[in-house]
Amino acid sequence: MQRSFIAQNPSVLWFLLALSLFTLGVTILSEAFGSGLISTSFVKTLGKTLCLCLIAVAMDVVWGYCGILSLGHFAFFGLGGYAVGMWLMYARTEALIIESLASQPIPPTPQEISDAIGNQIFGVVGSSEFPLIWAFADSLFLQLLMVVLVPGLLALVFGWLAFRSRVTGVYLSILTQAMTLALSLYLFQNDSGLRGNNGLSGLQNIPGFEQTGQATLSIVFFWASAFALGVGYLFFAWVVSGKMGSVIKGIRDNEARVRFLGYHVESYKLFVFTITAVVSAIAGALYYPQAGIINPGEIAPIASIYLAVWVAIGGRGRLYGAVIGAAFVSLLSSWFTGGGAPDIPLGFYTIQWTDWWLVLLGLSFVAVTLFFPKGIGGLFDYVFRKPS
Amino acid sequence: MSTLLEVSGVSVTFDGFRAINNLSVQFAEAELRAIIGPNGAGKTTFMDIVTGKTKPDEGRVIWGEKNLSLLGMSESEIALQGIGRKFQKPTVFEDQTVRQNLAMALKNPRSPLAVLLHKKTKSNAERIEAIAEQIGLTDSLTRIAGELSHGQKQWLEIGMLLAQDPRLLLVDEPAAGMTVEEREKTTDILREAAKTRAVVVVEHDMEFVRRLDCKVTVLHEGSVLAEGSLEHVTSNQRVIDVYLGRSHA
Repeated sequence: MQRSFIAQNPSVLWFLLALSLFTLGVTILSEAFGSGLISTSFVKTLGKTLCLCLIAVAMDVVWGYCGILSLGHFAFFGLGGYAVGMWLMYARTEALIIESLASQPIPPTPQEISDAIGNQIFGVVGSSEFPLIWAFADSLFLQLLMVVLVPGLLALVFGWLAFRSRVTGVYLSILTQAMTLALSLYLFQNDSGLRGNNGLSGLQNIPGFEQTGQATLSIVFFWASAFALGVGYLFFAWVVSGKMGSVIKGIRDNEARVRFLGYHVESYKLFVFTITAVVSAIAGALYYPQAGIINPGEIAPIASIYLAVWVAIGGRGRLYGAVIGAAFVSLLSSWFTGGGAPDIPLGFYTIQWTDWWLVLLGLSFVAVTLFFPKGIGGLFDYVFRKPS
Repeated sequence: MSTLLEVSGVSVTFDGFRAINNLSVQFAEAELRAIIGPNGAGKTTFMDIVTGKTKPDEGRVIWGEKNLSLLGMSESEIALQGIGRKFQKPTVFEDQTVRQNLAMALKNPRSPLAVLLHKKTKSNAERIEAIAEQIGLTDSLTRIAGELSHGQKQWLEIGMLLAQDPRLLLVDEPAAGMTVEEREKTTDILREAAKTRAVVVVEHDMEFVRRLDCKVTVLHEGSVLAEGSLEHVTSNQRVIDVYLGRSHA
């Protein structure tokens, strides 16, 4: 069975091979395990990019294959990041507090420790009480469970309400935008329990690995991200290749026909929406320890729109297209906005790419939509023509 | 013969227009029936009601020996009860192969989990091949449905209906846009299918209906005007006035 799946989808094998080679290559050139040609901060950028590729693959499944243009999947990505960030921040603060209180003549009571942690974490928003949502923050296992459960449940409830009422097309897109906006605005509040606009920070410090340098940690997270992308890619390739793929592509192309064939379309949409939300959350949980900080701005509506742009530029309806789009556009974006691209002096005006990059991206998006609807991935069709 | 589907006293209004007006009609098991009528007679609306797309304002739609009401059911539930529908425009999944189209329609568990874990089996493959044979697309199984000719798409869609193994097949204008030979073949497919299940054909084209050689129901302004053999209804003065007369007008 497995062999025939790979045999029927050779692109999966090629992708996994390319990903493995890339991972090994970066490791060999890294500071921790190799020549040091690639700086630790760039290893982190590449690791984060792999996480973005994973959410792009999820986006491609929900949009490119199932036809649901969700403009809210970054909400799930952010929730995954917050869930893992809560443990990281709690456990690290706890370790620091215990260390600093250890020198006191009288050993601190658990209550004192807990108060001190609360003060340390929530002092910035004028509070010292642990909100209810931090109840599991001291347990890595439970918090990792939250990475999957919270976004999964949100997607399930949101999707159930939306699909049951047969909200489709642009109306559904608007609804998903509203969801991510509402969540972002809520988290901006100081009393949301997640430190308002400060967000969670110091996430690059992994409790229990204080002695391990960032160079080594960056490679560990890079490998973890590559592994997650590989497994996620394989999983989604399997989902869309079989009969499930037939049905969800059918829903994309003609929802009514699928219904009259006896399929309960809403269940399928809900399945795809929820499963992609969970994978997005896992991608987020790997992304933010590499980014070091998460704040509500990360799940602003624009983030999810970028996600759709990556997938469109990379090529909808093919998983490797989503990976190419996300990697290409996000790396290019950080090159342009990070001052990598030289400014262009025109005499009367100087084009500064930090400002003009968005214009360039917008134009490319329009151009791709109009002239290359298959995106960058479509180029592969010219190279490897499928025998009909 | 026992009644398979009974529509009684059904009315539906769209924005003040009475598309279906106190319509009552019955279909028996393994029956071939043609429904004819001028544009706006309510033929397509009638199909929409039976398949759950449109909810009638009043009336009953009763199905099968258990006398189930179809009115509270969703489209997919009605489809699972054994009612298949072919649309006027051929609607197949153009991105996918003929085999995939048929495989999707094949009578198998329809839940997402069952579909996700679905494995290709020999018996399914045989069923697909048998249907492909019936609709004359054996050589096209691996082709992308979008590449098929108009007539082949129509047959594929009929094949998808047969794959569902429905007890009632509702077919909307199957012969539209077909060549003479294609029409003949379509007639054969439908008559063959009607040996084991009820087939209701909505048609515009009198010549095609004549070839079907079956009981005819004439609709006009949302209710039944006449019913019987084609000779019987075409000699009915009211039918001549509202339907046949119109084509000469």
